[in-house]
Amino acid sequence: MEKTKVIVGLGSCGIAAGAAKVYNKIKALQEAENLDFELKKTSCIGMCYREPLVEILDESGSYLYGDLDEEKIIEVIDKHIGQHSPVKEYVVHTDLYETVDTTFTKDQVKIALRNCGYIDPESIEEYEARDGYRALKKIAGQRMSRLDVIQSVLSSGLRGRGGGGFPTGLKWKFANNNKANEKYIICNADEGDPGAFMDRSLLEGDPHAVLEGMIIGAYAIEATGGVIYCRAEYPLAIKRLNIAIEQARKKGYLGKGILGMDDFDFDIYIKEGAGAFVCGEETALIASVEGQRGMPRKRPPFPAASGLWKKPTNINNVETFANIPWIILNGAEEYAKYGTEKSKGTKVFALAGKIKRSGLVEVPMGMSIRDVIFKLGGGIKNDKKFKAVQMGGPSGGCIPEYLADTIVDYDSVNATGAIMGSGGMVVMDETTCMVDVAKFFLEFTQKESCGKCTFCRVGTKRMLEILQRITEGKGEEGDLDKLEELSYQIKDNSLCGLGQTAPNPVLTTIRYFRDEYEAHIRDKKCPALVCTALLTYTVDPDKCTGCTVCAKNCPVDAIEGDRKQPHFIKQDVCIKCGMCYSKCKFDAIILS
Amino acid sequence: MDDLIAKYKGKKGNMIPLLQGTQSIYGYIPREAFEKLAAETGLELSDMYGVATFYAQFRLNPVGKHIIKVCHGTACHVQNAKAVTDSLKEALKVSDGETTEDGLFTLESVACLGCCSLAPVMMIGEETYGKLTGTEAVKIIKNIKIRESN
Repeated sequence: MEKTKVIVGLGSCGIAAGAAKVYNKIKALQEAENLDFELKKTSCIGMCYREPLVEILDESGSYLYGDLDEEKIIEVIDKHIGQHSPVKEYVVHTDLYETVDTTFTKDQVKIALRNCGYIDPESIEEYEARDGYRALKKIAGQRMSRLDVIQSVLSSGLRGRGGGGFPTGLKWKFANNNKANEKYIICNADEGDPGAFMDRSLLEGDPHAVLEGMIIGAYAIEATGGVIYCRAEYPLAIKRLNIAIEQARKKGYLGKGILGMDDFDFDIYIKEGAGAFVCGEETALIASVEGQRGMPRKRPPFPAASGLWKKPTNINNVETFANIPWIILNGAEEYAKYGTEKSKGTKVFALAGKIKRSGLVEVPMGMSIRDVIFKLGGGIKNDKKFKAVQMGGPSGGCIPEYLADTIVDYDSVNATGAIMGSGGMVVMDETTCMVDVAKFFLEFTQKESCGKCTFCRVGTKRMLEILQRITEGKGEEGDLDKLEELSYQIKDNSLCGLGQTAPNPVLTTIRYFRDEYEAHIRDKKCPALVCTALLTYTVDPDKCTGCTVCAKNCPVDAIEGDRKQPHFIKQDVCIKCGMCYSKCKFDAIILS
Repeated sequence: MDDLIAKYKGKKGNMIPLLQGTQSIYGYIPREAFEKLAAETGLELSDMYGVATFYAQFRLNPVGKHIIKVCHGTACHVQNAKAVTDSLKEALKVSDGETTEDGLFTLESVACLGCCSLAPVMMIGEETYGKLTGTEAVKIIKNIKIRESN
């Protein structure tokens, strides 16, 4: 019989939720009571909403416990390990019976995330035990030609998972066609989309899958050097990548004559990004790796012809690379079985916002957005009304509830005005103001514009000024026309993807939520009660007990009234900070 | 800085790692450090300033001992990250980007920390705190203050 295993999820989200404390508690218990089990670490399994998570594997099966803390884990260890009786009320997933969270895992197909949450990301042996580096060995063993590898990726239908959705095999083919003594392959791990965290989870949970994908890509295009461009904001991902690179070198998966292929020398180093969203753009990223300001340049020449140090260069994103070993090992046909006609395989989505189960899911392309949000994501937090989902970050747009049956594939999402992007889904409910959301994204792109193109630099600023006015109740007739006109000009006259897509959040919210804009402009009202300047705080005299708490907490002395008598708010003094609203224990402050 | 310069001198693409290394020594990049880098590596001062002011990571002014990064990504934004920043501003008596008088804290709004499932989130040092409210964020700061004064 195998030894019982206790596995703690130590991804960033888990650690932030207290998983390290839980791990230490288990260790202490094990030592104090001399308990017989193997204590192991893994990374995020995707169920971020239940962190900290601990899996116990014994002869009867696997039990995933969620929402743990130092108290609960004592009970779990005592009952499950000590008395062989699992604590059912804390179990969030098991194959043995249904739990309330069963629907979170039910329709998922894990290819990119195949090892996340199952292996210790700091152990190359555990990666190898789950078919790790077997794709690379297959290439070496069968002496697969470079063109065969590229053909496999082409036939799988894999498209870039970073946002653009360009066919990966085709990109490799271009890079392969350009001959040079030096060539580079770059992994874009600069995940800058607010609302997306799939790359982070993948790097933290299964760094070797990304490395193996890169090594295979390097073989295919004959790259001599590899760079992982990773955000400095992801310290844990960088740490685990460094460990993985070192391990791969020791085992001969990196270095000279990889796996006995004497025509294949390749190594990888990590380059920490310094914080610039525009570096997601290929040519800007290359400039940044070269140590310059990350500003995009005109194409052609494309990186495939002249990229890093003016040598042919191929850039793919983290999730794209993680799919590669699986495709090579299982065959292009297996991969292409999943998905739709033009969008093959699976896609990882990061669910966040006003959703019950936020976390990472991987589903076959073709599932409806509604199913992702309601079946997997469990629906809207506090059972509020589902209003929209933001997809594709600052380059994307908001898809309204009535289009939620749109399926997730590149073309269907594009048709709504949003984009698939890297796969962030930020769910919004009736308490989200769409004008405010549009303003939020414009603020972001305006700040992140590199400034090279006037339309992007100045145009986004003018758009932001208009949006700011609207949310402050100073909107004018004709503002929407102005916004639309500016949008099309910025899209048409910007050099790179940042400018070309920056107006999308504004255009989609105007298209689907025009009435909300009009309420701001004409009625000076914010229907979602978000835009501070448009709110009015009043006291409900029937509910007010005259406790004076509101008056005491008001920072500008706008509230008056005698003790035990209903109070009132002087509207001309009120700064609408909401302090009275949050402090009143009797719900006597009315917000309108 | 000598070890750092020795490590990267003459290597292509060394400017950003040199600046990152300098910042990790001083917490920011002092003017004198720019001058030393220019003198010893041959990099142009203007190029270095160009790069240092382009990227969000680099600072040209000293910072507090603890940098509080409040995430204002989309998920945090729709779940009221503003309230977290506002409470911290009030408790620390600083504006966004400023350092407290005692030099203990620097408050910063950042784009996205990638912990969207725990929104709203802030990061102090390498520690991430999730599912915050303004009150909780202030409590965390107070605890650090107490720890520091002991």
